[in-house]
Amino acid sequence: MEELPAVISTHGLTKRYRGGQLAVDGLDLTVPRGSVFGFLGPNGSGKTTTIRMLMGLIEPTSGTARVLGEPMPRAVRTVLPRVGALIEGPALYGFLSGRDNLLRYDSADPTADPRTRRDRVGEALDRVGLAAAASKKARAYSLGMKQRLGLAAALLRPRDLLVLDEPTNGLDPQGMREIRSLVRSLAADGTTVFLSSHLLDEIEQVCTHAAVMTRGRLITQGPVDALAARSRLAVTTPDTADTVRVLKELGVTDLETTADGKVTGDLPPDPVPDLADLNAALVAAGVRVRGFGLERASLEDAFLALTGEGFDVAG
Amino acid sequence: MSQAETLPTPAPRPGVLWQLGLFRSEFITVMRRWRTLALLAVLTGVPVLIGIAVKIDTNGGGGRAGGGGSGGDGGGPAFIAQITNNGLFLVFTGLAATLPFFLPMAIGVIAGDSIAGEANSGTLRYLLVAPAGRTRLLLAKYASVLAFCVVATLVVAASGLIVGAILFPLGDVTLLSGTTISFTEGLWRALLIAATVALSLTGIAALGLFISTLTNSGIAAMATTVGLLITVQIVDQIPQLHAIQPYLFPHYWLSFADLLRDPVYWDELRRNFGLQGLYVAVFGSAAWARFTTRDITA
Ligand SMILES: Nc1ncnc2c1ncn2[C@@H]1O[C@H](COP(=O)(O)OP(=O)(O)OP(=O)(O)O)[C@@H](O)[C@H]1O
Ligand SMILES: [Mg+2]
Repeated sequence: MEELPAVISTHGLTKRYRGGQLAVDGLDLTVPRGSVFGFLGPNGSGKTTTIRMLMGLIEPTSGTARVLGEPMPRAVRTVLPRVGALIEGPALYGFLSGRDNLLRYDSADPTADPRTRRDRVGEALDRVGLAAAASKKARAYSLGMKQRLGLAAALLRPRDLLVLDEPTNGLDPQGMREIRSLVRSLAADGTTVFLSSHLLDEIEQVCTHAAVMTRGRLITQGPVDALAARSRLAVTTPDTADTVRVLKELGVTDLETTADGKVTGDLPPDPVPDLADLNAALVAAGVRVRGFGLERASLEDAFLALTGEGFDVAG
Repeated sequence: MSQAETLPTPAPRPGVLWQLGLFRSEFITVMRRWRTLALLAVLTGVPVLIGIAVKIDTNGGGGRAGGGGSGGDGGGPAFIAQITNNGLFLVFTGLAATLPFFLPMAIGVIAGDSIAGEANSGTLRYLLVAPAGRTRLLLAKYASVLAFCVVATLVVAASGLIVGAILFPLGDVTLLSGTTISFTEGLWRALLIAATVALSLTGIAALGLFISTLTNSGIAAMATTVGLLITVQIVDQIPQLHAIQPYLFPHYWLSFADLLRDPVYWDELRRNFGLQGLYVAVFGSAAWARFTTRDITA
């Protein structure tokens, strides 16, 4: 089991839609085996387009993509039975019951055993908490129930990789929590999970790795800890002006003062000063310190810092 | 079939039933749609209406002027005159009345919706990531449209037979050439005719399937297919355009009447089959070329 190839790896993956829209631009993505990989990006940044290319639904304009070590879209028939996917929300046959929807999707997979079909469908329904509503027509499902049924379709067989495009969309808090624990238990069984989401604390809670896209380009990727690791010094004090002056002299950069009397700044990287010395220096300068310590930036802060805070979608 | 069969699968080699799983699922899904049932209900109704009209007409004593609301031209009147003597002729009349429009319209709706409808609802992408395989899915779709051609034809024939048996006497069949055959042999001929009618629909089925691969709107694909059918039927009636008429898919449709001659007159029947084969080959390949290379973004 040493040096297994990445579950997903792309090189220079590019998609220009007919009509000229450059949706994904030279993407180099590596998803390690066994990771829970969060795929982040503002609306229209190319997440779904990337997933469509990975699943062989659309042909890349240039570049290559490998899924489970095989080239896509060429190896679709051998790779996709081992991949469960939820792409841009669920799609169901409204006139069929939830169970019949799953039976239909399962019979589309030529490698799925028809003898175990009913059992596997029943298990998948159980797993997403839909067993009681299995006989109801899918047309009568609520948004969250449809989402759950879509997830059940991805779980019809044991998978090596799950690709989930915004899986918690439309779910209630219990539902979200169940999905989180589902993702964790799948990951514990060795399934690699690749999920895109806008809910950053979602990602922070379940993901081991993350990548951030904007305007079709990958800005960063790596372990979540590393992405969110940027910690800032925070000093709560009534004497903000003096604090800023003293900290500046000590090499702290990017100092900001908030209205409620808090000064934050980045510690100088090399050598990292001892926090006790910083505190002593402040006190020696007559600054009254109410609170002192490091604040870990959330993934949301890191995300906004990377993608910019603008609300408008890139054209 | 080549692509669908040579591809390696991780699981042990599946049997025939396994391979047919997608086709079965496809056909069952088609048959469970309300739209399909409505189409079949209309097709059942046509022989019923003709039967009742002829019955009223003969009871009223006013001779037997053919017509009775049947849209059938060509082969129609020759059969309709015989219904009062033999209910089996209601089968032939029913097929002759539905073949120019109702039957192909039903096929056009089902075929036009087959790919485009799934693209419209988004289910197509989930079938493809299942992975159904594009060639395999297209074949399953076409096979299920063909199965629907058979079902639709049999529904018309069965409705004609049942209504004919209830309203009129059954007995030996006098063929168009004047020879008389037994009722049992008449039934065989009816079955042969139903098979011929079903085969006549394979061309428009392929055309509808191709149109279905062009768009993400099921309604647009159905409307285009049925619109083309109407246009072609009109063009087929305009004498000035006789040069292109032998290449229009409905041109030899009513040749099935030649199966009621003794000996059977095969000339036009053969031409009909050849023409349908041509349409299946051309539009089948076009559908395949389009569907296997297309970006599925819906
Ligand atoms: N079928 C299409 N044809 C043309 N352009 C498209 C198509 N689908 C997406 N785009 C464009 O490609 C870009 C990326 O879209 P994509 O759907 O991949 O974004 P996303 O990251 O999934 O966004 P969201 O978070 O809103 O789901 C957008 O600018 C979009 O307008
Ligand atoms: Mg998206």
